[in-house]
Amino acid sequence: MTEKLSADNLTLIRGERCLFEGLDFALNSGEMLLLEGRNGCGKTSLMRAIAGMLSLETGQVLWNDVPVLKQRQTFHGALVWLAHRTGLKGDLNMLENLHFEQSLRPQSADDHEVVYDRLGIERLRRLPLRSLSAGQQRRVALARMLLADVPLWLMDEPFTNLDREGRKLVMTLVEEHLAAGGMCVMAAHQDVEINAPVTKIRLQ
Amino acid sequence: MNGSAPIQPGMLSGLWATARRDLLLAWKRPGDVLNPLFFFAMVCTLFPLAVGPSAEQLEFSGPGVLWVAALLATLLSLNSLFLGDFEDGSLDQLLVSAQPLPVLALGKTLAHWLTSGLPLVLVSPILAITYRMPWSVVPVMMLTLLLGTISLSLLGSIGAALTVGLHRGTALLSLLILPLAMPVLLLGANTVSLAAGNDIYTTGIWALGAYAVASLSLAPYATAAALRISNE
Repeated sequence: MTEKLSADNLTLIRGERCLFEGLDFALNSGEMLLLEGRNGCGKTSLMRAIAGMLSLETGQVLWNDVPVLKQRQTFHGALVWLAHRTGLKGDLNMLENLHFEQSLRPQSADDHEVVYDRLGIERLRRLPLRSLSAGQQRRVALARMLLADVPLWLMDEPFTNLDREGRKLVMTLVEEHLAAGGMCVMAAHQDVEINAPVTKIRLQ
Repeated sequence: MNGSAPIQPGMLSGLWATARRDLLLAWKRPGDVLNPLFFFAMVCTLFPLAVGPSAEQLEFSGPGVLWVAALLATLLSLNSLFLGDFEDGSLDQLLVSAQPLPVLALGKTLAHWLTSGLPLVLVSPILAITYRMPWSVVPVMMLTLLLGTISLSLLGSIGAALTVGLHRGTALLSLLILPLAMPVLLLGANTVSLAAGNDIYTTGIWALGAYAVASLSLAPYATAAALRISNE
């Protein structure tokens, strides 16, 4: 099964500023889209627009050649978003947080323990998330992403707060996901070394 | 992505999961839940001190005071309905989830009612006694509060969703919700007064029930649309 994410002539204006104009791209299974640019140039806005959370001035985002806004639930069932803010509850522990996520989107049948082990968070499961470091919280957010069975990963600055091994791990995870036929849209200002077909979009 | 079949969550699981998570959060932070309840109890106990303790006056003003206090306590608690989720980014996660947003919004509203509306209903008999409300009227008052708080939570969720992106949106939220909440207040307080005066009061109960059903069927969609707008 192959999927396709494409964009047709996207224009987004926020306030007085035009963030991008006439933007096109197409992304197939196994490919990655890398959004580059300095801070405040609209990477996150483009990401939100792809997820269908911002209304665009012109153009549309298509999932398998059908506009996203016409099949919002199908599209959202095919993606997971690793946002800048983790979206995890500080008062709840890791298991409670991840348990909640299970009801939001399709879940993989993978063994959870293996995922926790790989991310190095197996000892944190009963601690309230508030008491964890920012990097550990990000690893829990990565666990949410890995436990979902979806083709499209939207990653907004996935390397924030992660240590050197964590960064390497994220790149390995993305490579594996792409090799398995997934796709990934990533916004990053660090160098990303990923061994897969990468399309780059540089925002001004 | 792997070979084995993915586990698809059902539609109602989104409703229960959001309600369950919010109840769990309320359990871990009981202060947020108790605040509106204290407010309700305080207004109801302070009022007799200010207007005087004569039995006639208390019996006359009881239903009105209880209802106004319940309305204000609910408004007070509404501001935080989506605020926490907005600040930590979990609202974005709800917006991009595979579950229909109205269902998730209904789950959150259900949890809100269970932690703010229902406690008011349960505490109200104790306060009603201090207003010398006859025992026969107490169940009527509880029923009106039960139906009324359901409507208020549901209507309030629309306002809370619209004002979630604004700083200090409480005043605006109250302004938006009050016109929709007025019928609930009038029906509720008058029904209890009628019951206390041994008049026929069932019409009021039916009307409150109809209002609750109408809110239940329309508010989740309005809330979902408002959440999408205020999150742009």
